Amino acid sequence: MTLDQLSLGEVAEIESIETDKLPLKLIEMGCLPGNCISLIQKAPFDDPLYLKVDDSYVAIRKETAQYIHVRLKK
Amino acid sequence: MSNSLNVALLGNPNTGKTSVFNRLTGLTQKVGNYPGITVEKKEGVCKLNNTTKAHILDLPGTYSLNASSMDESFVIELLLNKNSKDFPDVAVLITDVENLKRNLLLYTQIKDLEIPTILVINMSDQMKRKGISINIPLLEKELDTKIALISTRENKGLDELKKLILNYRQLSCKPILKLSTIDKDYFLNLEKTFPQQSLYKLWLVITQDVNFAKIDRKRVSDSTDFKTQSESYLKRLQQKETVKRYQFINGTLKKGLNIDRDAAKDFRSRLDRILIHKFWGYIIFFAILMTIFQSIFDWSSIPQDFIDSSFAALSESVKTKLPSGVFTSLLAEGIIPGLGGIVIFIPQIAFLFLFISILEETGYMSRVVFLMDRGLRGFGLSGKSVIPLISGTACAIPAVMATRNIENWKERLITILVTPFTTCAARLPVYAILIALVIPQGSFLGMNYQGLMLMGLYLIGFLMALLSAWILSKTLKINSKSYFVVEMPNYKFPLLKNVAITVWEKTRTFVTEAGKVILAISILLWILASYGPGDDFSNAEQIIYKINPELKGDNLDNKINSYRLEHSYIGILGKAIEPAISPLGYDWKIGIALISSFAAREVFVGTLATIYSVESNSEETIKNKMASEVRSDGTPLFNLASGISLMLFYAFAMQCMSTLAIVKKETNSWRWPMIQLFGMTFLAYIVAFSTYQILA
Repeated sequence: MTLDQLSLGEVAEIESIETDKLPLKLIEMGCLPGNCISLIQKAPFDDPLYLKVDDSYVAIRKETAQYIHVRLKK
Repeated sequence: MSNSLNVALLGNPNTGKTSVFNRLTGLTQKVGNYPGITVEKKEGVCKLNNTTKAHILDLPGTYSLNASSMDESFVIELLLNKNSKDFPDVAVLITDVENLKRNLLLYTQIKDLEIPTILVINMSDQMKRKGISINIPLLEKELDTKIALISTRENKGLDELKKLILNYRQLSCKPILKLSTIDKDYFLNLEKTFPQQSLYKLWLVITQDVNFAKIDRKRVSDSTDFKTQSESYLKRLQQKETVKRYQFINGTLKKGLNIDRDAAKDFRSRLDRILIHKFWGYIIFFAILMTIFQSIFDWSSIPQDFIDSSFAALSESVKTKLPSGVFTSLLAEGIIPGLGGIVIFIPQIAFLFLFISILEETGYMSRVVFLMDRGLRGFGLSGKSVIPLISGTACAIPAVMATRNIENWKERLITILVTPFTTCAARLPVYAILIALVIPQGSFLGMNYQGLMLMGLYLIGFLMALLSAWILSKTLKINSKSYFVVEMPNYKFPLLKNVAITVWEKTRTFVTEAGKVILAISILLWILASYGPGDDFSNAEQIIYKINPELKGDNLDNKINSYRLEHSYIGILGKAIEPAISPLGYDWKIGIALISSFAAREVFVGTLATIYSVESNSEETIKNKMASEVRSDGTPLFNLASGISLMLFYAFAMQCMSTLAIVKKETNSWRWPMIQLFGMTFLAYIVAFSTYQILA
């Protein structure tokens, strides 16, 4: 599944990212395969998304989140 | 003998870099611009011991050496140019104890440039509360440098930092990452082609779109081996590089950093739950805005009335104490009232900067960006446009510069174009004096009419900004990738010293910059108002005496002075444009104020003050002088219709040369500032015209 399908409070592991479509800045903030990612809050209309990636807190738009593939952690 | 060395402060945004800078330099700092570009240059001096002082440069906050904004490109350029006079002898990298992992990414990059780099871990006061412990000697060994553990909040560890800076020569300059581990063939090949250069520098030259002094960019990209690599191949290498760097950092921190997660009390999530709530978040934001605007109007009025009457008294005492002559009247009628017109709004500007810097310092501003992004996108803006639009209420110049971290060019351009619609501090004195003149006292639901009017003007500015943004987003044909990444920093209690320095620094620059323009304009106005061509000007006394032989004393003097003013150079100029502005409800004196306002809006009050002082000898405040102006039919010049028409003209017209200049710099073309100048002023004329025609 892709990151934009994650529900509030769920924790997932990043499986893969579409490098060409993501800003390098996001990758540098820890958005890399293998790292943990969780959805903290959604703004109204579910966009943008407030995430915890690795140890960083960032907000990104939903369209960007589609390029991040994740696997739910049990 | 005294030695001096160059120190560059680097670090991610929100790590307390500015606090370190303030602690080290205090009030020796000065803020300017680098020649030719609009990146803010903050520098200061710090005494290290009796013989050595450090020249400290506070570089813009950067996440990494892979530039995604102009500020970041600038940092890279400086670090690569050994010939620059600002090139650092030693780099000081500020990190935040809670975000050490991400902050260290930049550390490994700077270290790879072979510059001695001291690592500063800030906010050590948070460690106990967050359950963090650090093995400093081990980290020093792994990262191959010296570490200073400091707390700017508690003012701890700064002396150790100064000692480390003083002994920078003992630091290692060895790079950390072996680039050949990323892609052996590519990097060995690169090394073979340019054996003289450091490999990481070459790599930056290839991947970054920046100008370099020493290494010839063209030469590198022309050598076929490196040019043939596609952009996406390079980006994959960059990603690999980032992964390698994180592997190193994770390995290091596993040994040297211990976080007891249970000890961390979650202050952030509790505050977030309410501040970015889907409903309450917006209510809180608008409540904060309303409080700010109400208090600016209420709290400033006391010092403002005091300043206004002091300047009138000063002008009067100069007139009576100094021998009369050209110099005295220039001082009393030109310079003092002109300066009074700027000093009077220091309180309001200071309050505005105070609130804005508190919002930024606490970390609340990022939450506003998050809340507003979806809504603003509908108007072709970004959530990040909130910061320019809010700081535009202080001044459009820093606001236009603050658009730089909007990654999407179209959103950024639209933000730049509409920012001047927000009500800047320079409009405040115009509004304040007109509101006091034409809006009656009284209140509605506990809010007074005058405060409501002011709020209405702020609102109309924002609405016009949104409306024109929407129109621009539909008409501008620009395709650009939409990237939006906002860090959500921890909430912090604002550091008093930081807020105080920001307020002082911004207000001072604003007043001196505007003061220079206002001073020059008021001298020019005084000359134009005090001299005139032909008989009408020089023989005013005889002419008036002939027409009105019964007039005596003050009445006679006033009549002569206004006749003279009408036939001075400025009177002739004003009369010439009167036909164009009388349908808006203005007379020729307001016309002069309008013209001089194109230099800067705040000149309006000063201009009228100068014109009226030349005309009358009595000691009066600016406001009373304006209130006593009448039309030919005896009704007051400033009434509801002309007052509101004038306020709306100032709300929409593009009257600020400095903003036009900064927009030219930021967009690199005259096209956009010209569109602003003509488009906005045309709109202002139409709106002011219809308002006056309807209300009058």
